[in-house]
Amino acid sequence: MSKSKGKRFIVRLMNDAQYYVNIDVMRELNSLDNRLVRMLNSKDVDENNIREVIAGMRMLVKSKGRRVKDELIVTSDIIIPTVDISIEEVRKIFKGEGIIPEALLD
Amino acid sequence: MGLIKRMSSLVKQKVNKLLDKFEDPREVLDYSYQKQLEMLTKLRQNVAEVVAAKKRLEMQKAKLKDNIYRLEEQARSALEMGREDLARLALERKNMNIQQLLDVERQIEEMEKEQLRLEEMTKRLSVKVEQFKLQKEVIKAKYTAAEAEVKIKESIAGISEEMADVGYAMQRVEEKTERMKAKALALDELINTGVLTDYTTNKDMIEKELEDAMIKSAVEKELDRLKREVTSKNGKSKKVREGKEEKGEVKEEVLDQ
Repeated sequence: MSKSKGKRFIVRLMNDAQYYVNIDVMRELNSLDNRLVRMLNSKDVDENNIREVIAGMRMLVKSKGRRVKDELIVTSDIIIPTVDISIEEVRKIFKGEGIIPEALLD
Repeated sequence: MGLIKRMSSLVKQKVNKLLDKFEDPREVLDYSYQKQLEMLTKLRQNVAEVVAAKKRLEMQKAKLKDNIYRLEEQARSALEMGREDLARLALERKNMNIQQLLDVERQIEEMEKEQLRLEEMTKRLSVKVEQFKLQKEVIKAKYTAAEAEVKIKESIAGISEEMADVGYAMQRVEEKTERMKAKALALDELINTGVLTDYTTNKDMIEKELEDAMIKSAVEKELDRLKREVTSKNGKSKKVREGKEEKGEVKEEVLDQ
């Protein structure tokens, strides 16, 4: 919004909407994100823990963010998946498949 | 770079790939708009399917409720006749029906949520598609192909992200609806093959046994009455008129059997 508030970021919560957040929220999201990476790289991945982290991210954005107006068409700085996503899906998405329907590229 | 960041850079990568396919980037605008309209149509079809699935579940709910009511009634009349075994059987079935009912109610709730979500999404995408159409015309009128590229990239990336999200949501809902349909089919089959007998259409064992028991007890009662009559006739022969009427009844009963 105003420059005094610092840089704004746009976060998309998949299956929900886009939100503006400030740098503090971004930092928090980033540390949660790093936790996710560690979890996925560990030997025995616990799906529940992953869901919990994702839910935490979404809650953070929802409570501290402001919704982007529907008529605005903008890209997000980051995209946060849904909670009910499976590890397989998370892996697929983060490996670089699946997020954009292939039909779009035909 | 963390995981969530990779997701959005992925969108941008794919948009670049898309743009490379067209010589004039302005063509991408029309192409993308077409895809957006297709997506909106698909989204509306999705909503309709969810509504249909919900309706089917509601029909099953009504059926199960009816079963539960009937089984309760059957259990009561079984007890009245001292057939605790039959009452138990009826109550067991009643509870099975209740379990199914709870499950169906949960599913209805879930479908309701999906419906709302999809409707919300449809609304948002419609607004965005309308907006994109305006932007598209402005870009086409104002810029040359070379100038337009950055603008186009921006709006295409934005709308692509939206469509990716919508596409993903639709895919999930489709899976869910499919699962629900399969479940509903299984439940229908369960009802039809008598595991959860559909008491609305045919008599089942409990009902038949109850009927048999009723006839039996009626016969016993008649027998008792006759015995009493016979002994009283041998005695004072007081209730002659009443006795006559009852004799007529007994005759009919005998003929029936």
